[in-house]
Amino acid sequence: MKQSRFWAWLVFGIGAAYFLIPLIATFEFSLRMRRGYYSFDSYASVFSDPKFQQTFTYSAVIGLLSIIVGILVVVPAVYFVRLRMAWLRPYVEFLTLLPLIIPAIILVYGYIRLYNSSSIIPFTGSAVGTDILLTFAYVTLALPYMYRAVDTGMRTIDVQTLTEAAQIAGASTPQIIGRIILPNILVAVLSGAFLTFAIVIGEFTIASLLNRPAFGPYLQNIGANRAYEPAALAIISFIITWGAMSMINLLSRFAPRTSARTD
Amino acid sequence: MTTLDTGTTAPGKKRALSFEWLGVAPFIVFAIMFLILPTLYLVGAAFVDEQGGFTLANFAGLGTPQIVAAYWISIRISGASAILGALIGLAIALALIRGKLPSGLRAAVMTFSGVASNFAGVPLAFAFISTLGRLGLATVILKFVFGIDIYKAGFNLLSFWGLTITYLYFQIPLMILIIAPAIDGLKKEWSEAASTLGATPWQFWRYVGLPILWPSFLGTLSLLFANAFGAIATAYALTGSSLNIVPILLYAQIRGDALQNPGLGAALAVGMILITGFANVIYLVISSRAERWLK
Repeated sequence: MKQSRFWAWLVFGIGAAYFLIPLIATFEFSLRMRRGYYSFDSYASVFSDPKFQQTFTYSAVIGLLSIIVGILVVVPAVYFVRLRMAWLRPYVEFLTLLPLIIPAIILVYGYIRLYNSSSIIPFTGSAVGTDILLTFAYVTLALPYMYRAVDTGMRTIDVQTLTEAAQIAGASTPQIIGRIILPNILVAVLSGAFLTFAIVIGEFTIASLLNRPAFGPYLQNIGANRAYEPAALAIISFIITWGAMSMINLLSRFAPRTSARTD
Repeated sequence: MTTLDTGTTAPGKKRALSFEWLGVAPFIVFAIMFLILPTLYLVGAAFVDEQGGFTLANFAGLGTPQIVAAYWISIRISGASAILGALIGLAIALALIRGKLPSGLRAAVMTFSGVASNFAGVPLAFAFISTLGRLGLATVILKFVFGIDIYKAGFNLLSFWGLTITYLYFQIPLMILIIAPAIDGLKKEWSEAASTLGATPWQFWRYVGLPILWPSFLGTLSLLFANAFGAIATAYALTGSSLNIVPILLYAQIRGDALQNPGLGAALAVGMILITGFANVIYLVISSRAERWLK
């Protein structure tokens, strides 16, 4: 018995070392900008860089748009599939898994060749068009996570009864989805939203290949040209990811539950 | 309840039906435009030569030494990081769940795994440059405190092992997140029953525990493989374009037609889809089989 606990601690200790040392090393490195003693100069340098502010704002805006589009696309689909079109479910699930099967670089390659400036839908023909394409690309990347979050949320509420009650009260279908279902699955939707944000904010491949001034390509550019700022940016990115994930954890405590009908 | 049901839906049936389709339509249109068409377009383009005629030459072109080498090193890195990630992740998850560690630790590790599995891409590369780069903290400490110069010993962060160690940072947490529910599915009664019948802990794991975990393990292994195979941002930020792996080769192709043949580029992409697709199909098949133990 004692021995098994010893091994457990040993494995845990080695694992913890592997995961914590890079964080400590990166933090230490980020403090070394001024010779001789530790300082937060590299952070000051990052935050005062107008490029940092521009690219971060750009990525945050695209991230928010992706979340909104994602919710608009996913919530009605999950609602109707749950309510009346159960036969569609395996197909919808398969489609939501595709972004895990097809790497992002393949998708963007397809977009660039399919939606070039001489095609029927020339997304890449203008800056705004490319921004829209980037947003849709991010919705695609986050689709597996957004779908699963919304689906899990709808499983915990009684969609049938809520819908019937709202119909009897005279609500239209958009009203039912927007004012009855959505508030009830808000926690799940927000989890999906934070996950989307975490995935999108530092995304490099698609933004770089679509030539958009996003945070990911900025990070890469700083990495190739500066010494201490990349370490500071890595710490900042880790904190953002950590923030998004702890929001999800925090939210899951507030999830409302109307027990689902079992018939 | 059922009478009420028919009562409310029958008069408005037609309207409700069209609403259903209106609700699902955005999703379907979206999936066709941004998932299916782009992929099919690339598959089609892989069979077209530069004059626009049908050809298989693009796939024959994948046999050139540079491309074969790229696929081979990609497969090796993905394979090594998937196998090591799966084994280490399994060991950590087992230690946490079955090793009688304090229960608060488990929640902390799970939260951290959620963060670390999403902490990929460019910042991850920065973190490992600060750790195991030539001036990284771990490199320096190993050199001056322990007298081990890893770079003299042949280690290089911009190499097969360097990239594999870096990829493990998101592979291990992903394994922990996926395998933990499977380990929870190992019921306490099973190990109690085994020990009542006189089995040693080793025998329990050899004949009961690991065989039940095996499908989940294999399935997650293939998911990790696909995960690493398609990853590019970390490798690109770490090595620039100096490491010849498939995603970086494809990146160069998209950027500036590095292979000087769009059809060959498409064939390269189709090769990637086939490999990650195959790995994921294995995952889906195995995980649906493994689920029956988790009820």
